[in-house]
Amino acid sequence: MKAEGKKRIWQEYQKEIANDDYYYVRSCVRQNFFPGAETAFLNILRKDLGKNIFENEHHTSCSGIGYHCDIIPLATTMTVVARQFSIMSESGYKNLVPSCITSFGLYTEILDTWHHFPEEEEKTREFLWKATKREFKKPENLSHASDVMYKFRKEIAEKSKYSLIDKETGRPLRVVEHIGCHYAKMFPSKGIGGAEYPNVLSGLVEEFGAEVIDYPERRHCCGFGFRQYLVKANRGYSLACSHKKFESMEPYQPDMIITNCPGCPMFLDRWQYTIKEMNGKTYGANGNGIPVFTFEEVTGLMLGYDPWEIGLQMHQIDVEPVLDKIGIQYNKSEKYHLE
Amino acid sequence: MASLYEQLMKDVRMQEGLNSCMSCGTCTAICPAASFYKYEPRSIAMKVQSQNEETLKDLLKSEEIWYCGECMSCKTRCPRGNAPGLIIMALRSLSQDLGYFMESEKGRQQLFLKRTIGQWLIDHGYCLYLKGIGTDLYPEQGPVWDWIQANYDKLFAKLGANYQKEGIGILRKIPESSINELKNIYQITGAMDRLEKIENLAQQFADKQNGEQDNNQEKYFHKIYEETDINHFRV
Repeated sequence: MKAEGKKRIWQEYQKEIANDDYYYVRSCVRQNFFPGAETAFLNILRKDLGKNIFENEHHTSCSGIGYHCDIIPLATTMTVVARQFSIMSESGYKNLVPSCITSFGLYTEILDTWHHFPEEEEKTREFLWKATKREFKKPENLSHASDVMYKFRKEIAEKSKYSLIDKETGRPLRVVEHIGCHYAKMFPSKGIGGAEYPNVLSGLVEEFGAEVIDYPERRHCCGFGFRQYLVKANRGYSLACSHKKFESMEPYQPDMIITNCPGCPMFLDRWQYTIKEMNGKTYGANGNGIPVFTFEEVTGLMLGYDPWEIGLQMHQIDVEPVLDKIGIQYNKSEKYHLE
Repeated sequence: MASLYEQLMKDVRMQEGLNSCMSCGTCTAICPAASFYKYEPRSIAMKVQSQNEETLKDLLKSEEIWYCGECMSCKTRCPRGNAPGLIIMALRSLSQDLGYFMESEKGRQQLFLKRTIGQWLIDHGYCLYLKGIGTDLYPEQGPVWDWIQANYDKLFAKLGANYQKEGIGILRKIPESSINELKNIYQITGAMDRLEKIENLAQQFADKQNGEQDNNQEKYFHKIYEETDINHFRV
């Protein structure tokens, strides 16, 4: 194919990401499992990139996990989301940046439903008014937090203290990138690179010097499956999905995994521990697992943030082998020090 | 009284999720649930588009509508633009509205989700609220989770959280006015009705199953959380 044709096709897989003045909504999962990642994201935007990002204390869960566990009806979730929009409008913002992929997918889905079924939007407006006396404007730009990191990847790489390169051999680190299903599988045009060629994480880590691994089960779900993980009787589903991915990526000897969904890093981290407990198998070098990171953690590390200040001690799989390979300076004995 | 098919088609997700299925099986090939459970999303689409009332009634009472993980991988690949995942969500909604979910082991698990995720949403405004939820319920969280639980306050403060305090920040206390707004939304839009229905039907079921002993509710709760019929699985 001629380069011009390729360029035209690729253009369809790009999305507009606002340049500044963001309104941030937090993730229930990330706040509980990777709180340091959200702190790092805000610091990177404000301190390293000089951007304005605002948070309002009145925003809540989007109710997405309840909705995907089917205990919360669609009409309720639409109205909760409308309330989130209302608080954003009230705060004077129009560029919505969710930390969570489930939220991002849900906002995308609801905006699409309202576009095709305006009567649903009308009904939601009535519900919201009746319940809260609120009105709302829809966001002008909706970008996941990882989209925003991607947008500034070149600027971040220029400011970075480290690269994703083995300091001893000069070899690029081999990275598995795992995209949350609800980022683009439902609405491919809303993700960078669509659902088949998502570039949001691969573009970021390549800018940091890494080599991205393409492996057969690259796009398979981590296995959260909402009710499939949360109810213990169903949990084998979740483990089986992650196991399938580990077996598939193993021959490529990944140094690390990077994710943009809040749940995926937790599952890919904890299920490696579980598999080791169940049958003794590990997937990383020297009997360690493959360290799993969020995109905020990786970006923070590149910029020189202290691993224990961004919460890497909350991972079950030790991250030190990757830190050492990159040559990151940190204090090993500080890992569990909290005074 | 509207037919089951008519009731189902009132859900906007049916209009978004089912154009016409030609049973090519692409969704089934890509589906994580289909590789684990005895489940085929294409069979769900075929049953629904049959519009047969008996078939639909059986489906709404079945185990198979509870196998999907709602990852929506099916949506990406369907050559007809269908989304079996959305059909599943509409079926689960109607199954709960009609009380049919109580007729399957997987459907009865809704009680656990209601008492955890549902209650956290109502009480705190978060889907998850995990302080105090330990490795007894989630053993795969591992030793690191035990350490996190034992050092929660200091660790979360170090990482910039504002746990249960006023103002902005990680796991802050959501203002009471906002919690009240959420409760009003849940009341007006039908969430409270669904949550109450799940609780009431479970209570009746537990009483019937265990007799009205003191701890029958607790026994029932643990049973639905932990026990599974082996026949759900492919292997």
